[in-house]
Amino acid sequence: MITLDTIRKRFGDLAVLQDVSLAVRPGAVTALVGPNGSGKTTLIKIILGLTRADRGTLHIDGREADAAGAYRRVIGYMPQAAHFPPNLRVGDVLDLVKQLRPGEATDDELARAFEMDAIRDKFVGILSGGTKQKVNAVIAFMFRPSLLILDEPTAGLDPLASNLLKEKIRAVRAEGRSVLVTSHILTELESLADDVAFLCDGRMRFDGSVTELLSRTREKSLEEAIASLMRSERASRRAAPPAAEGSDLAPWLVPQPKGAA
Amino acid sequence: MTVISLVLQAGLRDLARNRWIVAYTLCFLAIAEGLFWFGGTGPQVMLSLLNLVLLVVPLVSLVFGTIHVYASREFVELLLAQPVPRRELFAGLYLGLALPLAGAFLVGAGVPFVVHAHDGASLGGLIALLGAGVALSLAFAAIATWIALRTDDRLKGVGLALGVWLASTIVYDGLVLGAAAAFGNYPLEKPLLGLMLANPVDVARVLVLTQLDVSALMGYTGALFQHTFGTLVGTSVAIAALAAWCAVPLGLAAQRFLHRDF
Repeated sequence: MITLDTIRKRFGDLAVLQDVSLAVRPGAVTALVGPNGSGKTTLIKIILGLTRADRGTLHIDGREADAAGAYRRVIGYMPQAAHFPPNLRVGDVLDLVKQLRPGEATDDELARAFEMDAIRDKFVGILSGGTKQKVNAVIAFMFRPSLLILDEPTAGLDPLASNLLKEKIRAVRAEGRSVLVTSHILTELESLADDVAFLCDGRMRFDGSVTELLSRTREKSLEEAIASLMRSERASRRAAPPAAEGSDLAPWLVPQPKGAA
Repeated sequence: MTVISLVLQAGLRDLARNRWIVAYTLCFLAIAEGLFWFGGTGPQVMLSLLNLVLLVVPLVSLVFGTIHVYASREFVELLLAQPVPRRELFAGLYLGLALPLAGAFLVGAGVPFVVHAHDGASLGGLIALLGAGVALSLAFAAIATWIALRTDDRLKGVGLALGVWLASTIVYDGLVLGAAAAFGNYPLEKPLLGLMLANPVDVARVLVLTQLDVSALMGYTGALFQHTFGTLVGTSVAIAALAAWCAVPLGLAAQRFLHRDF
């Protein structure tokens, strides 16, 4: 279980995250959604320790994340776009990551599904974007992490690979592991997500289950529900200048504890 | 294997196949070999090559280094997302950039001297020339790393790298000469020695020239340097200054890497 509590981050004058709290349950897929520039990537980077929060705490399985980053042993990360040194072979990249985490149990299922053996000797620089993304996915799932952070995981993948990856995400969830996923393809998220965290302007506007969100917004699909949230956000922003603690929000937009529908 | 050696190996493997690094090696190889081909003796080739080393090594290390660090940013983020200490990752990344640059220079400039070993090049001079080139590669790769870690805007970063190159190879000497002319009536020895040590390109030039016994080419600061320190102490001072020029920017870059947000 991963818990973020009142995370705050500023870049100069820009408040990117304002008292963001989030809990990612074990055995659940949590979709992190929000418009561009809402703070999703910064939040992910804070979880990974790439960016340091100005305030707030991060707990992984009840323990506070250490500054040295040893807690990352339980995290698998798939960035939005795959960038590897172009003159390395696929095998070099996979071996490097494996050797950086010696002694950890590995899961080669996705590597087999994506036929990594066939491209092990190819240079990364000549691979298509989709194939690089497969390598990216294999790295994220390689160590059976208890938390997977997937940033736009199916971007650039062909339908077959995308389907295989989604199957793998479901299998991970069935094993009781946690998945935090961002995507702009909300129909795709709907088929995967159990929970939704909606970030807007650096504030957590909704954090609860998909069912809860649909019932609150009275919409039929996740896409419509999120669109409704965004419309409401825009309307409340137009109606009143931004208040300090989100008091300008529609009542159902105020963050609620999970399960309080 | 340690994180440093793993990341270093990956860097070496990547850059050993990089076309610009290969071209850089071949360029030095062709020029040094060409100088021998056109009848130059060992000392003459060394002197001609020295001017090229002082201009090209900082330029390539700065511009290639800056672009390389920017291009590696996403891969670095992926590595940082693994349970590895930032300090070790930084050391591996820096060495994975600096050693291929230094190695490319060493092979390109060194091999022709091995082939033409009978052409009278002094061993001391050759070691000084190659050592100075390696030290400049390490120092300017560290400066490039620091620039790229400090400046998020890639265009600005490369512009800054070019500015540093221009300042250290061309503008600086002009300013020192101007200052020497303007304040000619004052005792300028000590300030000029300080100014010379404050530029790694000048230090490298004087280090090589003190080994080649060509006083006429030393210039005012070089002659002053040799007069003040003598050859042995002067060489030690120059080596220490070059070591400091590697260590200080590297320390700054390491601090930046350890504390910055990615």
